[in-house]
Amino acid sequence: MTIHEAPAYPMARASGCPFDPPPKLRELQDEAPLVEVQIFGRPAWLVTRYAEQRKLLADPRLSADVTTSGYPSPTGTPPKSDGGVGIGFILMDDPEHARLRRMVTAPFMIKRVEAMRPGVQKIVDGLIDDLLAGPKPVDLMEAFALPVPSLVICQLLGVPYADHDFFQQNSKQLIKMTATQEQRATAHGNLAAYLDNLVGEKLDNPGDDLLSGLTERIKTGELTRQDAAGIGVLLLLAGHETTANMIALGTLALLEHPEQLAVLRETDDPKLVAGAVEELLRYLNITHNGRRRAVLEDIELDGQVLKAGDGVIFPNDIGNRDPEVFPDPDVLDLQRDARRHVAFGFGVHQCLGQPLARMELQVVYSTLYRRIPTLRRAAELDEIPFKHEGAVYGVHSLPVTW
Amino acid sequence: MKIIVDQDRCVASGQCVTAAADVFDQRDEDGIVVLLTDTPPEDLAADVHQAAAVCPALAILVED
Ligand code: HEM
Ligand code: SF4
Repeated sequence: MTIHEAPAYPMARASGCPFDPPPKLRELQDEAPLVEVQIFGRPAWLVTRYAEQRKLLADPRLSADVTTSGYPSPTGTPPKSDGGVGIGFILMDDPEHARLRRMVTAPFMIKRVEAMRPGVQKIVDGLIDDLLAGPKPVDLMEAFALPVPSLVICQLLGVPYADHDFFQQNSKQLIKMTATQEQRATAHGNLAAYLDNLVGEKLDNPGDDLLSGLTERIKTGELTRQDAAGIGVLLLLAGHETTANMIALGTLALLEHPEQLAVLRETDDPKLVAGAVEELLRYLNITHNGRRRAVLEDIELDGQVLKAGDGVIFPNDIGNRDPEVFPDPDVLDLQRDARRHVAFGFGVHQCLGQPLARMELQVVYSTLYRRIPTLRRAAELDEIPFKHEGAVYGVHSLPVTW
Repeated sequence: MKIIVDQDRCVASGQCVTAAADVFDQRDEDGIVVLLTDTPPEDLAADVHQAAAVCPALAILVED
């Protein structure tokens, strides 16, 4: 690969189009399925189309390990705390990835998540009661979008919700692309020490939660305490930031598309609601900075050779807007069949928490707008601060009233 | 229609259960796919093909 003239990734969104991927990505998608870009001053492949994204993300010749030569990362090192706690299996390859992932798959399976639905409905109803009883305008992010998934993941993991300010702040810092290496290392170190301490407590006093379940595996020698804490960091982080942004950004997108909001407000068909969640996941694709991988062995595709040691980036946001797969891809249409989207990634790293995320979003989207039918923005669209600099896209705050 | 699943490849995403709950289930201990039937009735064909298409681990094979 040559670096000359290759466009820099990530690209900027167009001003006034906060829900659409950067226009340059569409240009590159029209051009070719594989194009060269540069990132951190080095070349990398950008996989622009849906079919190629799925094909390569499912290919074991690609590595998700940041230490693999060529991985598009500023440092090439994974986060590691002084105590030796990492960030779970998201940056590992099989077979170690599969071994660790399978230790925490049970709580996320469909029937276990469905059993949590009434509890989540209760949480959502309670938070809406508080909203309606409180002052307005109110920041929907702070008062609703963040508490819902934070309360749920705390319950599931066995993390005290009272510590939410601490873990929300540190999580935000850890995934902020503009944070310095030191700032990110500090945030990760804080979360790692916190989870390590919790794991220690649960080793002595196990409860009926996911982290306690992991301590059983520490006792049998299947899992180190550091790996248990690393999995805790990953689940706590991934479990609240993402869903919170889908709730707030999804609400904003719906407020900007009143005819679509009406579809949700006027239905009590769970199938329609489930379909609407898939379309919002596709359309918003909040993990907007691309999946990152490195090539382990030469791969031939579409007349190109991806060489061992090359970096590869998968912008799922433009994959989900591929007109070959989704006709009129830039239209938000809650009644289209969007289930094939790649908003949760693809391949062995596809989101572990997706059943939980879907269920939470189904409960939220089917409840919030029906209980507050006059919900509206309390600020101009161009005054709303978007998370352009976050690994997860969304809004920093969303003032609403009714 | 005949279905084959590869439990070694499965990553317990639950996508197949969401697409076709009458055909796919998950093991209690680790959420890995199990087949409720490997020869489902034809009226489930669309759901089964949907399940195979969204399986992130390419662990579902459908022979028509
Ligand atoms: C709408 C909300 C969510 C979105 C859009 C989302 C998106 C993603 C994406 C794109 C990946 C793939 C990363 C890659 O391939 O490199 C991923 C992985 C992951 N997600 Fe989610 N996620 C969401 C919610 C959740 C929740 C609620 C949890 C947990 C409670 C969770 C836990 C995880 C974990 C553990 C992984 C790593 C899986 C692995 O490496 O095997 N996510 N997520
Ligand atoms: S969709 Fe594939 S990976 Fe997911 S549970 Fe079913 S077989 Fe396993």
